[in-house]
Amino acid sequence: MIYIVMAYLWASVLLYILMGGADFGAGILEFFSTRKSQERTRTVMYRAIGPIWEANHMWLIIAIVILFVGFPVIYTTMSVYLHIPLTIMLLGIIARGTAFTFRNYDAVKDQLQVVYSKTFMYSSVITPLFLGIIAGSAVSGSINPKATHFADAYIFSWLTPFSLAVGIFTVTICGFLAAIFIIGETKSETDKTRFVKKSKHMSIAALLAAALVFAIAFLEDIPLTHWLFGNAVSVACVALAVASLIWMWVSLFTKQTKLLRVIAGAQVTLLLVAITYEHYPVLINLKDSEGLSLLDNYGSPKTIQSLAVALIAGSIFILPSLFYLLYSFSNKREA
Amino acid sequence: MDDFIAARAQMALSLGFHIIFACIGMMMPFFMAVAHYKWLKTGDITYKNVTKAWSRGVAIFFATGAVSGTVLSFELGLLWPEFMKHAGPIFGMPFSLEGTAFFIEAIALGFYLYGWNRFNKWFHWITGVVVGVSGLASGILVVAANAWMNSPAGFDFVNGQYLNINPITAMFNDAWLSQAIHMILATTVATGFAVAGVHALMILKGKNIIFHTKAFQIAALFAVIGAILQPFSGDFSAKDIAKRQPAKLAAMEAHFKTEERAALIIGGIPDEEKETVRYAVKIPGALSFLAHGDFNKEVTGLDAIAKKDRPPVAIVHYAFQVMVMLGVLMLLIALLYLFILWRKKSWLDKRWLLKLFVAAIPAGFIAVEAGWTVTEVGRQPWIIHGIMRTADAVTPMPGIVYSFYIFTGVYVSLSVIVILLLYRQVKMVGKLYDKS
Ligand code: HDD
Ligand code: HEM
Ligand code: HEM
Repeated sequence: MIYIVMAYLWASVLLYILMGGADFGAGILEFFSTRKSQERTRTVMYRAIGPIWEANHMWLIIAIVILFVGFPVIYTTMSVYLHIPLTIMLLGIIARGTAFTFRNYDAVKDQLQVVYSKTFMYSSVITPLFLGIIAGSAVSGSINPKATHFADAYIFSWLTPFSLAVGIFTVTICGFLAAIFIIGETKSETDKTRFVKKSKHMSIAALLAAALVFAIAFLEDIPLTHWLFGNAVSVACVALAVASLIWMWVSLFTKQTKLLRVIAGAQVTLLLVAITYEHYPVLINLKDSEGLSLLDNYGSPKTIQSLAVALIAGSIFILPSLFYLLYSFSNKREA
Repeated sequence: MDDFIAARAQMALSLGFHIIFACIGMMMPFFMAVAHYKWLKTGDITYKNVTKAWSRGVAIFFATGAVSGTVLSFELGLLWPEFMKHAGPIFGMPFSLEGTAFFIEAIALGFYLYGWNRFNKWFHWITGVVVGVSGLASGILVVAANAWMNSPAGFDFVNGQYLNINPITAMFNDAWLSQAIHMILATTVATGFAVAGVHALMILKGKNIIFHTKAFQIAALFAVIGAILQPFSGDFSAKDIAKRQPAKLAAMEAHFKTEERAALIIGGIPDEEKETVRYAVKIPGALSFLAHGDFNKEVTGLDAIAKKDRPPVAIVHYAFQVMVMLGVLMLLIALLYLFILWRKKSWLDKRWLLKLFVAAIPAGFIAVEAGWTVTEVGRQPWIIHGIMRTADAVTPMPGIVYSFYIFTGVYVSLSVIVILLLYRQVKMVGKLYDKS
């Protein structure tokens, strides 16, 4: 049972990165568009993400609920030591979700539109930045439960060069996913070309950010190379991800939209496999002490059992309808 | 303000904010379903316009409800880690089911809002109903979690350890049913009166009369049904509390001394030092009757409860009075409206009747906030009734005060924007939909 719950946790994190990520990315692309093309970018993107944006963010809630029901010690450790970045991320989520909806549902289109758009763009960058910071802090062992000073416990637990680099990397990945996703949603050739270009820029940015992460890990003595190259599975995943980059570039030139989505999704999945494989079953590494393992820190067996049942039952309802939603609003049926 | 108070205030603020959007998110889909149904059946285009106008409003509320709800699921841990560490696995069951309900709601909403003219019209209508049903289900589930804090069940508390956890028993605790019924009725009443009132206001202003009259009729129907049932359910809740949480009941009623033939105290200023209530109207025996169904039964007073285990009396008492008073007022309006429908149809477009409904716009929501204040403040000093104190649950991180200020700012600005947007929606009705 515990393995079922862990699988769901992993899957919802992955789906949040992929779907929520593409969603954040839409705002990030807007952020990095020239003033002139912003308007165009926005309309295309709104059509693409409008119907599904609410569902995209449900994965985060599922992950959080699994954590606090199933693994309360892990949830509370994060809540206590990462209070500040979590709060900033929450403010980002509030700003982004409301700005997106208000922009579309404001019956009068006036100066406020600019405020909504600005809020949407900035929060689209800040939220994934802090999500990345939180993830980086959880895995890199910067949380120090023995800290006695305020700053050590609540600030330097997350404000580290490594976490920041992971944050930046997350932002670029989101932008990349969005660009690839939207290529398939565009109708006109000019739009297609524009988003193909954006995809190229974003993938280069992601590579640079990845290099930054490695450089800082090296300087800060974080055993990132060991995590990624310490076992066969991770090495294979990383190798595949890198190899598929070449394939992706080729597909970008030929604009094979379906294939591109699959490759981009696979790359992110492979990266997540690579990084979690070596860490498994530890979710949070702590400074100078044993990390928090999912296998040692779960709630009572009865709880895990009912949680697993609830998740499975839920999937039976959710997955078919979600697919139908995605299918119905995909560009093909629109005609 | 110290950090503990700030944490409580932040929690109260976030919940008090969320509940308004949650109420509307739970009830409006049903209003829409009725209007939509009438359109499909009668082919009267006004009903379609009403449905569409409402659905635009609902989208605004949904987004705000969803983000404020997301904030809450983190805040439970950010502010009350010690509580969540122990309570999470016990009262988490409703939350994990709620996840499913939310998901279905979000998916159905996508279909509904973006599905006009795309699907079979009845399939489209059904997706709207699904939005409402799953919203209601998630509301009931969260309330069950809250009921567990009032009436803990599903574990054995031995030497500070939480053993033999059974999340299913915890979900179906003693308080869940009475709270869930009362909450569903409350959303019906609050949303019904608010929406009916807004449309009444527009009729008074002479704008798009046909449109607003049809909208008013649907909303008023819900409001009336809810308002008539609500006091019965409230009485059921009060009897329940008399058994489970005598301290809360005593605080609600400002009942300081344990006695038989206890008097019902209406109004008044409770003095917690001297343990008396000044300037109140007292009805002998009525409290005994309301709490236990017998004019002579003994009702536990605050004197039977150790000072350190008492909730703040004044706030709880005032909040309770406000809720009940508004409940009675709305009941009267509902009865009057029914009478008019039945006997005096000619009064239906009297201005004073419409004005009455306009006056009642905020009443339901004020009652909701007051009711939650009774439930939550009345539970103090416990976060889990009789098991864990709120003070022991709060986060060790200092500086929560600042976080409280920031969230206050955010919620205030959001409220301002939402009100502005609604105002614009209503103002634009003429341009967007109604040609009459
Ligand atoms: C439109 C809103 C509304 C109205 C008109 C009323 N209530 Fe209420 N009441 C609520 C909205 C509400 C609420 C906000 O929904 C609460 C908070 C917790 C809950 O379950 O419901 C609540 C709680 C609540 C409680 C505490 C429940 C608990 O702590 O478990 C009692 C005893 C009552 N109510 C009693 C009444 C009575 C006797 C009413 C007579 C008219 C009444 N309520 C009208
Ligand atoms: C949405 C309607 C709700 C409102 C308006 C509300 C209101 C409040 C208020 C006023 C407080 C502060 C009490 C005090 O410190 O004196 C509070 C505390 C709290 N509430 Fe609620 N509440 C609601 C629903 C819930 C639900 C469904 C839960 C379930 C998980 C919950 C969990 C808590 C917790 C954990 C606290 C902090 C600890 C405490 O003060 O006891 N609340 N709420
Ligand atoms: C009595 C109190 C509550 C009721 C009746 C209630 C009900 C609802 C409803 C009906 C929604 C659907 C969205 C909408 O209509 O706007 C919603 C959203 C949400 N609520 Fe609450 N809620 C309550 C308290 C809480 C608490 C305490 C939490 C956190 C632990 C919470 C977490 C959420 C979340 C995460 C969402 C977003 C779901 C989405 O994206 O659709 N709610 N709530």
